[in-house]
Amino acid sequence: MSDEYEHKLEAKSDYAGDASSVSTPDIDAVPDAELPDQELYHSHSWWTTYVFSQDAKYIGIQYALTAIGTGLLGLVLSWLMRIQLAWPGLGWLEPSSYYQFVTMHGMIMVVYLLTALFLGGFGNLLIPLMCGARDMAFPYVNMLSYWAFVVAVVVLLASFFVPGGPTGAGWTLYPPQAITAGTPGYNGGIILMLISLILFVAGFTMGGLNYIITVLQLRARGMTLMRMPLTIWGIFTATVLAMFAFPALLVGCLMMTLDSLLGTSFFMPAMVSLGETLTHEGGSPILFQHLFWFFGHPEVYIVALPAFGIVSDLLSVHSRKTIFGYRMMVWAIVGIGALSFFVWAHHMYVSGMNPWFGFFFATTTLIIAVPTAIKVYNWILTLWRGNIVLSLPMLFSLGFIVTFLNGGLTGLFLGNVTVDVPLSDTYFVVAHFHMVMGIAPILVVFGAIYHWYPLVTGRMMNETLGKVHFWITFIGSYAIYFPMHYQGFVGVPRRYYEIYDSPYVDVSTLLLNKFITIAVLIVGAAQLLFLYNLFASARLGKKAEKNPWKANSLEWQTPQMPPEHGNWGKELPKVYRWPYDFSVPGAKEDYIPQTQPPSEIIGAKVEKT
Amino acid sequence: MIVALSIFLITVGSIAFHFWSPWWWTEVASNWGNMDDTILLTFWITGAVFVAILFFVSYCVWKYSYRKDRRAEYKPEDKKLESRLTWATAIGVAALLAPGLVVWNQYVTVPENAYKVEVFAYQWGWKYRLPGEDNILGKTDIKYINDENPFGLILEDPNGKDDLLVDAQELHVLKDRPVKFELRTIDVLHNFYVPQFRGKMDMVPGIVTYYWLTPTRVGDFEVLCAEYCGTGHYAMRGRVVVDEEKEYKKWEAKQITFEKMLAKNRKNDNLQLVKKDK
Repeated sequence: MSDEYEHKLEAKSDYAGDASSVSTPDIDAVPDAELPDQELYHSHSWWTTYVFSQDAKYIGIQYALTAIGTGLLGLVLSWLMRIQLAWPGLGWLEPSSYYQFVTMHGMIMVVYLLTALFLGGFGNLLIPLMCGARDMAFPYVNMLSYWAFVVAVVVLLASFFVPGGPTGAGWTLYPPQAITAGTPGYNGGIILMLISLILFVAGFTMGGLNYIITVLQLRARGMTLMRMPLTIWGIFTATVLAMFAFPALLVGCLMMTLDSLLGTSFFMPAMVSLGETLTHEGGSPILFQHLFWFFGHPEVYIVALPAFGIVSDLLSVHSRKTIFGYRMMVWAIVGIGALSFFVWAHHMYVSGMNPWFGFFFATTTLIIAVPTAIKVYNWILTLWRGNIVLSLPMLFSLGFIVTFLNGGLTGLFLGNVTVDVPLSDTYFVVAHFHMVMGIAPILVVFGAIYHWYPLVTGRMMNETLGKVHFWITFIGSYAIYFPMHYQGFVGVPRRYYEIYDSPYVDVSTLLLNKFITIAVLIVGAAQLLFLYNLFASARLGKKAEKNPWKANSLEWQTPQMPPEHGNWGKELPKVYRWPYDFSVPGAKEDYIPQTQPPSEIIGAKVEKT
Repeated sequence: MIVALSIFLITVGSIAFHFWSPWWWTEVASNWGNMDDTILLTFWITGAVFVAILFFVSYCVWKYSYRKDRRAEYKPEDKKLESRLTWATAIGVAALLAPGLVVWNQYVTVPENAYKVEVFAYQWGWKYRLPGEDNILGKTDIKYINDENPFGLILEDPNGKDDLLVDAQELHVLKDRPVKFELRTIDVLHNFYVPQFRGKMDMVPGIVTYYWLTPTRVGDFEVLCAEYCGTGHYAMRGRVVVDEEKEYKKWEAKQITFEKMLAKNRKNDNLQLVKKDK
């Protein structure tokens, strides 16, 4: 396909260079569709439209709302934990509840909120629209994917109601403690957690195949891979990562379930548990850690890459400027994705694995900093000589740059094996990963919601409320996590229910805990403003004009906004360029949508894409 | 304007916080001061990048704020600039990595004259074992653990007979003598961590892990478990006391050997049996 297409492209650019020539049909040539138009399922009832929907747009919204709802629980759990840490004297929580909340907070936020929201939510909403497809490749499987996710969430939440409560093994679920007495929920909660994860992986695989195949097969005519928005590149690469990474989690979960229920010894060595000798023998706890982090590290990028992609698009649209170094950005995304499978054991420098691995994994980990740094440079060079509109999406994108930069740089501390030794398992780690894969991606999520809200509802979100929300969230979360690094330097270990009056921890460190908790409560409460804005604006928001941000990408070029079932009316769109033709010299407007044929913009000095 | 100023102030504030906040590491008490040095080096390099990038962002937001009558520059790529930045980053990263690997090599290479001490972890506390006169720690097996033999030493191993068993949360080590901690746990994962020593390593049931250090200053330090190990994790505290020779000998003299402990425990058992018989 590509050869023939390249040929036509060249012909086209010759014409574009010669502005005096009269428009000829040839310069608008786009190759024919290779596949016949998709046959869609058309819903007939309320149930099949809104509940068991097969329309990717609805599924995306369902995913997003379910993920956000679960995430709110995660947020409330973080409040409860922080109150315990700030005022240990209150006797607010039992140690076992504290550890259960730590565990559930972590797992909910990483898997059930961020992964589900970025891939299930934004993936479903944006892939078909931005690629110019009518729907996902397999709408029915797509629906199943969402409902498997719902069941996974229900099983997860059910663990709050079983005897012994949810598991308190920490989100990493390390055996042997995950399944031995001495850890809360060691025989009930943990099983539900493992089953829930297995269901999540199964459901996610259904969705993930859809995302990959849709991107590869159902792009509109003219939408070459190197004309795809970076959002799609990010989501696509993250999905590929997930397809390789989740199986490791899946087998880890299955093996641990067997260890717990059937008494196998995959991860269980001969050991004593609270005075009682167990029957297990010969298993390796470190094997689980390898499986977990072989999933767990790519997981960081499963969350980060969609955020990278989305923020690239937000920065470009709202600074009215071409994304800087598009090709480098694409290769950086792909390169980071590939490298992310060779760094997992940097979570295990002090795990007791062979210490000589440290040399290898420190080196690979620091290499991954290079493509990541390139992305940061390209984001800020996109701002350089731009025409920056300080809209809500832009504000959140700037917040992302600050927090991601901070969290990325502290990654250079922890990735460098020697520096990691004193810092691992302290609050430095907690601060680092919250900054880099908590706050930074969440700020992108907010930016993205403010950006694409009109596409979903046809209305704008309230700007003033949004600004209040931005400033509290951004400054507040920076105030939470920046000082937290320094608690780590002092040596305050993570996962401590209380630190007592350890001789090396002085009063000011305990005071800092109070400060952080107060900031957590305020930032958390500010999310209510966002929720109000999210739901109220659907009714009360200002009506959005079509393509309100004057963006180029396809999702804004649908015949109706919000797009209807099937997205594109009678004919699928044709794509003539990449989505980054902003402020092209010689063009009338400061943006040229991807669907605008060359014959309509004669005189604009567009570079070939 | 406000946005640009905020980013500027956040940058300046972060730097000020770094230099003037009271929170910093505890005074080092082992030879791993060079870990602190690698952290400082990392701080300088990453700090410079942090400041440069955020000042740049702040400048851009201030200078290129939206005006209707102006257009952004159209410049999709700049190969030269991109490759320069890539190389500069690669060099910076290498500068961080190289010293890190050098120190790591020292950390994982135990000196031959290191005195071996076994740290024994359980849910939730610490015990210790010293090699005794023969300087060899006797072999252990989890199956041998019982009330008589709480450390699970293999009875047939002659090297274990003179091992000194410290059935308490407190360990003493000699200043300036390299010590290799052999880390053993009988139940779940733990991690032997003394903030002032900087070193750390997980303890894994089924294997013996280790790290080494040379205590450099006399003092009384808290031991924390640094790997989550169940509900009592936060309360799993011990003590390490670094002594000069004289005090150390005094403490060492008070510890009993495995042989004696076994004899004592057996006598107790026999007494109890006698009592029961009556």
